[in-house]
Amino acid sequence: MDGQANRGLLMEFLGDLLQWFGENWSGETGWLARTGEHLRVSGAALIAAMAVALPLAGWLGHTGRGGLLAVSVINIGRALPSFGIIALALPFTIWLARSTPLIDSGLGFAPTFIALFLLALPPIFTNTYAGIRGVDADVVEAARGMGITERRLVLDVEMPIASPVILTGIRVTAVQVVATATLGALVGYGGYGRFIVDGLAIQDRLQLVAGAILVAVLSILTEIGFSALERFVVPAGISRRRRADVVPPVAV
Amino acid sequence: MIRLENVTKVFPGGSGPAVHQLSLDVAEGEIVVLVGPSGCGKTTTLKMINRLVEPTSGRITVAGEDIMAIPAHELRRRVGYVIQQIGLFPHRTIAENIATVPRLLGWERTRIDDRVGELIRLVDLEPGMRNRYPRELSGGQRQRAGVARALAADPPVMLMDEPFGAVDPIVRGRLQDELLDLQRRVHKTIVFVTHDIDEAIKLGDRVAILNIGGIVEQYAPPAVILRDPANAFVKAFLGSHRGIKRLSLIPVGEVPLEDGPMVDRSATARDARACMDRYGVDWFGILDGKELVGWAWASDLDGDSLAHIDPKPFEARVSLDASLREALDTIITSRTRVAPVFDGGRFVGTITAEGISRELAK
Amino acid sequence: MIAAPFFRWDWVFDHLGLIWEKVSEHLVLTGIALGVGFVISMALALIGLRFPRTYPPITWLTGVLYTIPSLALFAFLVPITGFTVLSAEIGLVSYTLLILIRNIVAGIQGVDPAVREAALGMGYGSRRLFLEIELPLALPVILAGVRIAAVTTIGLVTITALIGQGGVGFFILQGLNRFFNTEIVLGTALSVILAVAVDLVLVLVERLLTPWTAKRTAAS
Ligand SMILES: Nc1ncnc2c1ncn2[C@@H]1O[C@H](COP(=O)(O)OP(=O)(O)O)[C@@H](O)[C@H]1O
Ligand SMILES: [Mg+2]
Repeated sequence: MDGQANRGLLMEFLGDLLQWFGENWSGETGWLARTGEHLRVSGAALIAAMAVALPLAGWLGHTGRGGLLAVSVINIGRALPSFGIIALALPFTIWLARSTPLIDSGLGFAPTFIALFLLALPPIFTNTYAGIRGVDADVVEAARGMGITERRLVLDVEMPIASPVILTGIRVTAVQVVATATLGALVGYGGYGRFIVDGLAIQDRLQLVAGAILVAVLSILTEIGFSALERFVVPAGISRRRRADVVPPVAV
Repeated sequence: MIRLENVTKVFPGGSGPAVHQLSLDVAEGEIVVLVGPSGCGKTTTLKMINRLVEPTSGRITVAGEDIMAIPAHELRRRVGYVIQQIGLFPHRTIAENIATVPRLLGWERTRIDDRVGELIRLVDLEPGMRNRYPRELSGGQRQRAGVARALAADPPVMLMDEPFGAVDPIVRGRLQDELLDLQRRVHKTIVFVTHDIDEAIKLGDRVAILNIGGIVEQYAPPAVILRDPANAFVKAFLGSHRGIKRLSLIPVGEVPLEDGPMVDRSATARDARACMDRYGVDWFGILDGKELVGWAWASDLDGDSLAHIDPKPFEARVSLDASLREALDTIITSRTRVAPVFDGGRFVGTITAEGISRELAK
Repeated sequence: MIAAPFFRWDWVFDHLGLIWEKVSEHLVLTGIALGVGFVISMALALIGLRFPRTYPPITWLTGVLYTIPSLALFAFLVPITGFTVLSAEIGLVSYTLLILIRNIVAGIQGVDPAVREAALGMGYGSRRLFLEIELPLALPVILAGVRIAAVTTIGLVTITALIGQGGVGFFILQGLNRFFNTEIVLGTALSVILAVAVDLVLVLVERLLTPWTAKRTAAS
């Protein structure tokens, strides 16, 4: 009896959910637009973080300098609460908007982007650094023995050999960024977080669960997508098993 | 003490049996060495004795008891086991490691403490090692601790799987000597596995030469194996220095000694020349009664008596219980091509390369 | 405009009681999550070790849980378990599983096979082998996992502020709502400090529990 009643309620809820997705896909506040927003800030932050962390970690890893930095970075990265970072980014961007012409508004995209960028740096940096340091010293010596330049050594030898570890770092970071972008809604951004934050605020279960489903699906798709990319990008002959060594950082 | 009867082990997925119809008898108090190429089933054979591997068929008895009738953990507490990697517990001190089996057997604390102290002395570890952790010891010390741990509950039987395989040759030689010395005191029944034929010859009272598939090609005392290799496999396995290897097993005392070109201090120069002619050498030894005082070149002779000669001492001398290998080494590095043999301090004769070679040819 | 100070210590001193309350709440939420997470992880790791075929599905499932953003997980839970500690803990616990299970399994599998063989050869049963040999030897790797899980969880607890819990995350959320920087900074800093402190405590615990890994000079 009771079980039956529960099942009935569940079916009803699922029906409502489907209906929600059918009715709320279009327009500026529809989930399609929110998907765009979510991807836009995540992608921008990931690319920016890669642009900074990859060359820096690549070079430090190559020269063997900054070992202590690498260890500290991963530990600090883990200890930083993403919620706090996003909240802290807000006063910073508001100040930036007020006192410089760099950005129009300190709300929304800017604080979300800055927080995601900061949070994406440590895992990319650490994995790249570890990957490069992990390249067999004999291989490096052999390459040097053939008269390769240091720049080419990094780009043509060390990076490809370290690519499984580096790509794992990027994948894990991408998932983390997509997850954390949800918090952007707290600082006035759109994205899927809007549904969750608003759903919590106005106790709208339907919106809440729909938002949760959207974020979960996007995260898992990101994971799957980047895994496929790894398979595609890592040169044949280099084992992808090395990524098992890497402990995933925080997904939020 | 240990008897294997038609023991066969087939591993699931293995291409053939790892050990095939192996029969072996180990008498109480002897060291039997299993030797053979890598993968021939030595380890498997050993592990079947303490049931780390269960035989597919055949019977194994230890002290007359079928091992399958003894619960595995009880059997293992009665049989000492030493492996190449030693397997000391890194999280326990040396004393705690040695105490492992006594603790499993539920000995009293004081008895365990006493026994640990005794074993640390027995295997020649410093008492200060007691409270060290394994990683704070050298390779050789760890190996000794491993042996002590295996001996802790005084098991009548010891199984040793390439125990000295991972240490450098100098330490290995010393550990081998120590094991022989230890065995003289503790009289265990030891089955020892190695792939090093020299180690087998040095340690074994009897040696079983195994071929791939756990087939015994020959099982005999090392001297017999070296003298009469059973077949081409054994011959090949012994390698090209079979004669030299045999030398290390035969004591000087087993070879008939020669008098050598020795003359008494009171003899004349003529006697000395005659003696040198007889032996075809250009030097002679000088005796004072039974005592050997030294030697001199033929060209040192001047006049009729030996009185003015100042005998040179023999630098090279071997003792009666030295091996022929040591004797040969002495001979070829001495200027006289002869080694005087002493029994304690007493001169008993000389030994030459020809004498040794004659002995080998027998 | 009079520039308000960015951080107001006076506010902090006026609210020491509240701060203490939220810090304790934070630690309790973290402690429960780690404790429950560890028990579940140990059970699943043992199953995975005993029946190796179950290990891939176990890591796959906990991996999916790990991938789902925490906010999404909390959002799923709220309609069922409400704005409660239970909702928070279900989410927090599920994030500890992957790290803990992986490290427990890796730790046990990393035990030197020679040590295992020697123990069996001396007559250890499988239960004693696990409790007296394998588990202690796996401890450094297991505790490394616990440290990561602890630091991660402390950060995640702040997010549970959105479902009415949150420990020091309470300050962050309130600071955001009131545009009051002091609270945002305070909440974030407290979270970082707690993470670092707990990590240090765990390092000490590890030192105490695994004296054999310590570097020691020859004598004494
Ligand atoms: N646990 C096992 N499973 C399958 N095959 C094994 C196992 N142990 C040993 N073997 C096989 O049995 C044969 C004998 O091995 P082993 O006794 O270890 O040789 P040895 O100690 O003489 O080098 C080898 O071919 C080896 O591959
Ligand atoms: Mg072997």
